[in-house]
Amino acid sequence: MKIIACVKRVPLTDAQVKVGADGASIDPTGLVYSLSFYDELAVEEALKTKEKLGGEVTVLTLGASDASKELRECLAKGADNASILLDPAWAARDARSTAKALAARIVELGAELVFCGRVATDRDQSAVGTMLSSYLGWSCVTDVTKLELTATGGTAQRETEAGIETLAFSLPAVITCDKGLNEPRLAGLKGIMAAKKKTIDETKPLDVESAVKVLKVELPSARKAGRIVGEGAAAVPALMDALRNEAKVL
Amino acid sequence: MTSILVFVEHRDGTPRRASLEALGAAAATGVTPIALVTGPGAANAAAPLSAAGARKLVVITGADHYSPDGTAADIAAAVEAHAAVAFIAAASSAGKDLLGRVAGLLDSAPLADCTSFTCSGGVFTVQRPILAGKALVTAQSQSKVCCATLRSNTFAVATRDGAAEVTTLATRGGKVKVTGVTAKGDAKLDVKEAAVVVSGGRGLREAAGFKIVEDLAAAFGNAAVGASRAVVDSHWRPHSEQVGQTGKTVAPQLYFAVGISGAIQHLAGMRTSKVIVAINKDAAAPIFKVADYGIVGDAFEILPALTEAVKQAKAAN
Ligand SMILES: Cc1cc2nc3c(=O)[nH]c(=O)nc-3n(C[C@H](O)[C@H](O)[C@H](O)COP(=O)(O)OP(=O)(O)OC[C@H]3O[C@@H](n4cnc5c(N)ncnc54)[C@H](O)[C@@H]3O)c2cc1C
Repeated sequence: MKIIACVKRVPLTDAQVKVGADGASIDPTGLVYSLSFYDELAVEEALKTKEKLGGEVTVLTLGASDASKELRECLAKGADNASILLDPAWAARDARSTAKALAARIVELGAELVFCGRVATDRDQSAVGTMLSSYLGWSCVTDVTKLELTATGGTAQRETEAGIETLAFSLPAVITCDKGLNEPRLAGLKGIMAAKKKTIDETKPLDVESAVKVLKVELPSARKAGRIVGEGAAAVPALMDALRNEAKVL
Repeated sequence: MTSILVFVEHRDGTPRRASLEALGAAAATGVTPIALVTGPGAANAAAPLSAAGARKLVVITGADHYSPDGTAADIAAAVEAHAAVAFIAAASSAGKDLLGRVAGLLDSAPLADCTSFTCSGGVFTVQRPILAGKALVTAQSQSKVCCATLRSNTFAVATRDGAAEVTTLATRGGKVKVTGVTAKGDAKLDVKEAAVVVSGGRGLREAAGFKIVEDLAAAFGNAAVGASRAVVDSHWRPHSEQVGQTGKTVAPQLYFAVGISGAIQHLAGMRTSKVIVAINKDAAAPIFKVADYGIVGDAFEILPALTEAVKQAKAAN
């Protein structure tokens, strides 16, 4: 089975963000990137699936050439191939143009199973995985915390506000991975050495114009300074008074 | 007459509050809101949805078992049938799941978790947080159909007299089917929807330490329990309760951070709460920098006293 894990590099979650000079972008200077947290889960699930059902794993990203650093980390963990849709202006793409380019590449690669992260922790859209499934005409299950796959289909669990949902689906499928699904492995020395020798395939992505016009990017207004109302249990009446009479939330 | 199609979640015809808020947001744009409901009891939603601003109601028939791709296809069909200019839903787990599917079917660009949603001269403009709330983007949709999900606790529910005109549409069915739902043990509120969230962190020492957090939440009645990643990673609490960059983003009226240090990834998930209270034994903990009110001290002393005070306040009301 041909398995693809779609991944994206994002700024580290502890990054301090600055607005770009145009007022409509994030200033990339000084940002340090790593694979989006949930994409690590997607790569792990792709590798586990290959170990169970056989096949080969390709990690796929759309981005600038420096994304090869993260792709090489995936190769070191055991991915067979890595493919990058080279677009230096990736940040100007919206979810639709990214999904269309990825879908076209997935068809070219002839895959029948695609893993994505639940969300990329930069744009926080949670949209590319589900959009892929619509463009491909495939099954899709999202936010998966438990998965059982056979060569033709599977069952998955996801957490919703109402409880844990169980879903049945057929292949081909797109599966988006949530925390709890697996514990991503670390790359071993042997894998790291082998990954250095592998070539990363570079192709040009489908050109799709963005359908979202960003007017402004701003930082949220800072919260006004609060105060310590006191120490220990003795401060409870002061807190209750503040919540009732000042904040008026009781 | 241009319209906005609003996907409404319901239980046996009782709409979820987050969906009513989305309906309210649609009504507030001045464009005609059409509600779409599916699943058992859907037709019962006619009265509450009319009262919350729906001018038309599309009831999907034949969908006894929820199918996410089937529902997306039904929504896309209804959007086309009514020539709707936008599709919106609550940014719930179902709404998030549907957004990209529907946007893909309509070849439109999705906008998730919007905190502002307006329409002027036929152009939709939204505001949405990125990087877990560290920045806010204002963007215009240039898609054929503006597809968006809206953050709960952010938009007002509308009111309207008169009954929505009801039409039905047979489901197209899908390849993915929900075969079962294991309900949560009790009717626990989700952290994203609760008006009050009491979150605990590593300062509670062990899983059993959360008793004091649960007691405070129970005293409020309308509160949910939240957790830091540290305690979720230690398996003291389920991931569904995690607040932060790799958990849920919450914006309740009142947020308590108990024994939580205030790491940037945690703050990302709760900094837009209306009022933040921090309880921490370390006066230098970064959580106090974002808190409106703080008490320095041992949570195991403070919380029981606070729970008592809240109970008394509730009894006096
Ligand atoms: C990629 C990534 C994603 C992350 N995502 C998230 C996320 O989504 N959500 C999240 O929360 N974190 C997230 N984190 C983790 C985050 O960096 C912190 O490690 C975590 O939030 C710390 O949890 P904590 O505050 O419970 O624990 P600690 O930082 O250990 O703080 C415990 C606090 O309890 C106080 N305390 C101790 N005893 C008592 C007592 N008896 N009474 C009162 N106070 C007491 C201490 O003074 C301390 O401030 C993420 C990290 C990474 C790298």
